Amino acid sequence: MTQLTLKINGQSHSIDADPDMPLLWAIRESVGLTGTKYGCGVAQCGACTVFVGGLPVRSCSMPVSAVGADEITTIEGLKSKEALAVQKAWVKLDVPQCGYCQSGQIMSATSLLEINAKPTDRDIDLAMNGNICRCATYVRIRAAIHDAAKSLEG
Amino acid sequence: MIYELRKRGTSAMNIRSQNSSVATELPQAIARMSVEDATRLSRRSILKTGAAGLALGVYLARGGKAFAQQPPAASINITPNTFLIIGSDNTVTVLCKHIEMGQGPFTGMATLVAEELDADWSQMRADHAPSNPGLYKNLAFGVQGTGGSTAIANSFEQMRKVGASARAMLVSAAAAEWNVPAEEITVENGVIRHSSGKEGRFGEFAAKANQQPLPENPKLKDPSQFKLIGKEGVVKRLDSAAKSNGSAVYTMDINEPDMLTVLIARSPRFGGTVASFDASATKAIPGVVDVKQVPMGVAVYAKGFWAARKGREALKVTWDDSKAEKRGTGQLLSEFRMLSNTPGKVVKEEGAVDAEFAKGGGRIVEAEFVFPYLAHAAMEPLNSYLKWDGEKVVSRFGSQFPTPDMAVMAQVLGVKPENIDLKTILAGGSFGRRAQQTTHIAFELASVAKAIGPGPGVKVVWTREDDMRGGYYRPFALHRMRGLVRDKKIVAWTDTIVSQSIMKGSPFEAMTMKNGLDATVYEGSNEIPYDVENFRCDLHQVEIGVPVLWWRSVGHTHTGYAVEAFVDELLEAAGIDAVEGRLALMSKKPRHAGVLKAVAELSDWKNAKLAPGRARGIAVVESFNTFVAQVVELSMTDDGPKVHKVWCAVDCGVAVNPDIIRAQMEGGIGFGLGHILYADIPLEDGRPVSGNFDTYRSLRINEMPEIEVTIVQSTEKPTGVGEPGVPPIGPAVANALAKLGLKRPRQLPMVPGASV
Repeated sequence: MTQLTLKINGQSHSIDADPDMPLLWAIRESVGLTGTKYGCGVAQCGACTVFVGGLPVRSCSMPVSAVGADEITTIEGLKSKEALAVQKAWVKLDVPQCGYCQSGQIMSATSLLEINAKPTDRDIDLAMNGNICRCATYVRIRAAIHDAAKSLEG
Repeated sequence: MIYELRKRGTSAMNIRSQNSSVATELPQAIARMSVEDATRLSRRSILKTGAAGLALGVYLARGGKAFAQQPPAASINITPNTFLIIGSDNTVTVLCKHIEMGQGPFTGMATLVAEELDADWSQMRADHAPSNPGLYKNLAFGVQGTGGSTAIANSFEQMRKVGASARAMLVSAAAAEWNVPAEEITVENGVIRHSSGKEGRFGEFAAKANQQPLPENPKLKDPSQFKLIGKEGVVKRLDSAAKSNGSAVYTMDINEPDMLTVLIARSPRFGGTVASFDASATKAIPGVVDVKQVPMGVAVYAKGFWAARKGREALKVTWDDSKAEKRGTGQLLSEFRMLSNTPGKVVKEEGAVDAEFAKGGGRIVEAEFVFPYLAHAAMEPLNSYLKWDGEKVVSRFGSQFPTPDMAVMAQVLGVKPENIDLKTILAGGSFGRRAQQTTHIAFELASVAKAIGPGPGVKVVWTREDDMRGGYYRPFALHRMRGLVRDKKIVAWTDTIVSQSIMKGSPFEAMTMKNGLDATVYEGSNEIPYDVENFRCDLHQVEIGVPVLWWRSVGHTHTGYAVEAFVDELLEAAGIDAVEGRLALMSKKPRHAGVLKAVAELSDWKNAKLAPGRARGIAVVESFNTFVAQVVELSMTDDGPKVHKVWCAVDCGVAVNPDIIRAQMEGGIGFGLGHILYADIPLEDGRPVSGNFDTYRSLRINEMPEIEVTIVQSTEKPTGVGEPGVPPIGPAVANALAKLGLKRPRQLPMVPGASV
């Protein structure tokens, strides 16, 4: 076990953890932020997506000791105008069904809009195909990303 | 939610059970399940306040917190019945007797209540009802549970009557308060008004309404007066916000102090048992608290998921496979094929099918369709939570069948059913998996709790691999079909099915099996919508040691494909258009014909000019009394079929929430498409091979077609939409491939070994 300090959503958290433990479990169980989900454990489904140093990572496959001093952002800490536009569009279009994958979807969609203000369908495919939704809400995910992009134009 | 309660300084164990009438007679109750008159609202189910009413205050607070809305904690005003709570802040919380696993019952039940209550949609909330079969039974089942796309169907009148009763009592209370005749009072958008100018809102009158008599037979609106039911753009899902900001709480998120996370080492083969185990290395892992043998394997109890997982990896278990299923899918397929060439038990026979084939003439078409084992693989892997003190039990999980689940927990733990406080919470998908005929999840949870004894709460977590290799699959199935086309007519049809029973040996057997044959295996194959004079459907119901389960749309997952791909092939052989040909054979099936015509029109089936390399196919399937037709347009790529667009027409009777119906069609199409293209759980020597999404390929956003849905206007009783979107997509894809000059795939998935 190792003493580690994680900076999550602007706050520092000291935790005592196995250095090999994936970041996901530190976020969910050591810190108690449960919006980030466990879906596969092998970086296949994207439900565990968080930002580390501003970039989306699959927290289920990143050892907690590899994070270092990088700032972590979870669904609970989203603040950018892109993130808020995405969340607003998600609610407007009633995207979620079971909802379990949606934190990860929103993290990936936010990241996309932060680097590409006007994504094409192809851009959306490329940015979002690492996030599985077993309810297959993909039609609305796509529509909501376009809707969010449009709302950011004005 | 428990997690929320902890933060509020309340121990979960302090919540008193509300289960005053837990069915000790449960097994019998399940066995004699009959479809009750869904329109009847028993007086019991709209109980006046009492012990239950006070208890509901607790649920109110939790419901509010769970959805991260302003908690109406100060509002303990209880309205007249156990289905809704009106807070002093004017919120109306509907206690939903059905599990919200994505299909939308929170919103659906609230819509029905709000319509008759004349509430404003913005004041509506929803939470799960506690477990209490007397109050919250599914009127189609007789016990509390969700399945078979019955939520709206069984609740349509019941929940409207709840709203109408509450409205009448609020009006009576206002009339008494204002000293005016009740008839002069109107209610609109949550505001109670009298012509004198007096007005008030629900919260002010909730307590007084409680003192008013319960209307014997509250008047329901004429459909022409509906403001919410069937209306576009008025009703929004109640759970979207919480599911878009991370605050929605699922079983996986329960994180109680002192709680132990439990992973179980289960036999790699179905039916294997523990011969011996060595836990010494496991116990040396920091965080591992204990290791116990349980009926389903060896349980590792730890502080958190990671320690439990490392502990389980370090465990050495020797399995006794003497009673395990050791056949692989290759061997099963050979056995199925042999059987399918012999007559099975006849499910339905009409005319003289053998004589017709013997007559000669015409063209005989034969086809064999093979369907793999499929996992449900909901995004949230299976899990459950329980805490007990030796007497009282608190349990929370996505229990789809709370009544049988509670009965088995009571049995295992040796506690009185009334001492079990089980509440269903949000589930990250199910597709059928969270309801089991064997109640094995509840059994496992109780067994794990019992093995370590009263005290700390236990959260049993299945890893993705556990979930995917854990059985309870859509059964492996084979259809051998033979048809005869003569003079542009289908004159004979046989379908010999080989598959495994879902219901046999379960409490549902009496309800779903006739002459020893399981209707969930052949449903859709025995009653085809087409007029064929000489017809036979027979079944070989085989015994395999692989646990199987209903999987979103159950038998229709394979019968829909077999029937619709085959009829299309026969029509093609007869040289008749797929739509015209079907319609000509549907003389007794107006609602099938209705959706077929609607989708043909929506997609411009007749006149559409397609780009080169593209083709269209069509299919229509009735399941759970809902009728769905779909047209697909696709092209072929190196990675298999690429579906560009799907047009879908649905007739589900009165459409309560059009946007949720559309969402369920979209989701059902995507779910169905992903599986027919890519999904398979092959068995090698009895061991499931696929264990995660790298080997059980799931549909991804780049593979999702554009979808257009039309809802056929209907005044028929509302029926479900959770499952019926699934069956038509597979055969529609197959039929489009045939138009491209390719063969209709005879063995699913269409893209084999796509990701293995």
